[in-house]
Amino acid sequence: MPSTQQLEDLTTQVRRDILRMVHKVNSGHPGGSLGCAEFFVALYQDIMEYSTDFDMDGIGEDLFFLSNGHISPVYYSVLARSGFFPVDELNTFRLINSRLQGHPTTHEGLPGVRIASGSLGQGMSVAIGAAQAKKLNNDSHLVYSLHGDGELQEGQNWEAIMYAAGNQVDNLIATVDLNGQQIDGSTDTVLPMGSLRAKFEAFGWTVVDIENGNDIESILKGMAEAKSKTGQGKPVCVLLKTVMGNGVDFMMHTHAWHGKAPNDEQLEIGLSQNPETLGDY
Amino acid sequence: MKTYTNTGSKDTRSGFGAGLTELGQTNENVVALCADLIGSLKMDDFKANHPERFYQVGIAEANMVGMAAGLTIGGKIPFTGTFANFSTGRVYDQIRQSVAYSGKNVKICASHAGLTLGEDGATHQILEDIGLMKMLPGMVVINPCDYNQTKAATIAIAEHNGPVYLRFGRPKVANFTPENQTFEIGKAVHLNEGSDVTIVATGHLVWEALEAAKALEEKGISAEVINIHTIKPLDDKAILDSVAKTGCIVTAEEHNFLGGLGESVARVLATNKPTPQEFVATQDTFGESGTPAQLMDKYGLNSAAIQAAAERVMQRK
Repeated sequence: MPSTQQLEDLTTQVRRDILRMVHKVNSGHPGGSLGCAEFFVALYQDIMEYSTDFDMDGIGEDLFFLSNGHISPVYYSVLARSGFFPVDELNTFRLINSRLQGHPTTHEGLPGVRIASGSLGQGMSVAIGAAQAKKLNNDSHLVYSLHGDGELQEGQNWEAIMYAAGNQVDNLIATVDLNGQQIDGSTDTVLPMGSLRAKFEAFGWTVVDIENGNDIESILKGMAEAKSKTGQGKPVCVLLKTVMGNGVDFMMHTHAWHGKAPNDEQLEIGLSQNPETLGDY
Repeated sequence: MKTYTNTGSKDTRSGFGAGLTELGQTNENVVALCADLIGSLKMDDFKANHPERFYQVGIAEANMVGMAAGLTIGGKIPFTGTFANFSTGRVYDQIRQSVAYSGKNVKICASHAGLTLGEDGATHQILEDIGLMKMLPGMVVINPCDYNQTKAATIAIAEHNGPVYLRFGRPKVANFTPENQTFEIGKAVHLNEGSDVTIVATGHLVWEALEAAKALEEKGISAEVINIHTIKPLDDKAILDSVAKTGCIVTAEEHNFLGGLGESVARVLATNKPTPQEFVATQDTFGESGTPAQLMDKYGLNSAAIQAAAERVMQRK
């Protein structure tokens, strides 16, 4: 396993990738991507077992589904830097004829992606289906998924949440990125959701909190706890508290950078706060 | 004309159920999901025989479609079952993104399509589903005509790798195609040779088209009857070869004339050989409560309507 320092170095590089990707095409979603950089790095560098020799069925591997597909920059950066496709391909993000579509898709055959996402609220159901397929295949590996907190406003999630508990889908760890922000403002002002812990528990899930979702060691510890609670008849939810825009000071604690790219000057400031570690693409 | 015998009226949904039962025995990758309509979809046998491969999702169609997409990841072949309205319009975006755009091997199986579920009325009838599904890139759209053909289609779509919409119905209708037939996706079936007018029909209206052809023959009109069980991909050649002989065409379907079989046929004709066409279909309207026979009569979806359309279109040659 890589050291914490190695994971932190990679995270810094991933932040640079995110900023440069969205800056180049003057579009994309840096805020949520930056907030989840540590989580993706931990997931792909430490937590999950998988092969980069990509196979859609993923039998004998842990699977990951990104439901809030707009944070594609962090997904693409970590997939590339984990060996799924050449890092140089990050240069093609959102360009015509690219495999790196604005929102992730299987349509262009990008290794590492197993479902299209972007229209929100669909990933939990897909993850449950994949988890049920694992049970049918006697495959003891786990299914991981990530969802935005605002995304839980989509009703389909609650169909899925009810199903997973009612049917003991206990090989699933669904993580909610609890950054408290969405396009129009804070989740509390757009549509208050109350206690997500209370809601998931009321539906019959096991809930694990990760209070500092931007700290690698906290994530590893929390996800290990989540993993230890699988196989016990209940699906597991991780409430991952993150700061949107983490690592770039002027992007933090605001929804303003949900779907806005930095200009040249802002890019330079952001990059200066995240010095190159593993080499830019 | 060639005669066809009704070997005993049956509902096409039971053909689906029988096909699914057979698939359960022959293909261990086939799994089934249902949104609280097991009896209506005739999925009881599959559930009883393979409980480990059956998923009751409750009244939650969006979750059902997403789960089906997920089940394909791991090599399963999911068949979802609910009414046609809840199979399509209610979950259009889930089908679009998680199934069609993602290229998943999901079979969306829809009963109670069209007007013929009758008394429940327009909330449960759908006359737009063929259009919704055929517009999705990569989606195959099939509407078989009787019990035997629905059973054969159900078995055949498991062998097709990709998303399929299979549409069938509730009422008992004539069962006249061969038992244990081989179903070829995208291949029209010629039911009667004719020279004066072509009638292409899909679903429940295929039998009505044969009845119309019989009546036309008594008037000295020779009608060619083609069963278009697959609306997408459409058998362009069968249509073009036929109108090359007859010079006019009637399309017949239990669906809105916007977005249905008729429009697909019109596109083929307009781009290859402009030909007079009449549409036997609903005219941009919702359905209503009534018996299936009353509804098919009121909305002009029976042999009499097809016969009248054939006589009209022949005058436009």
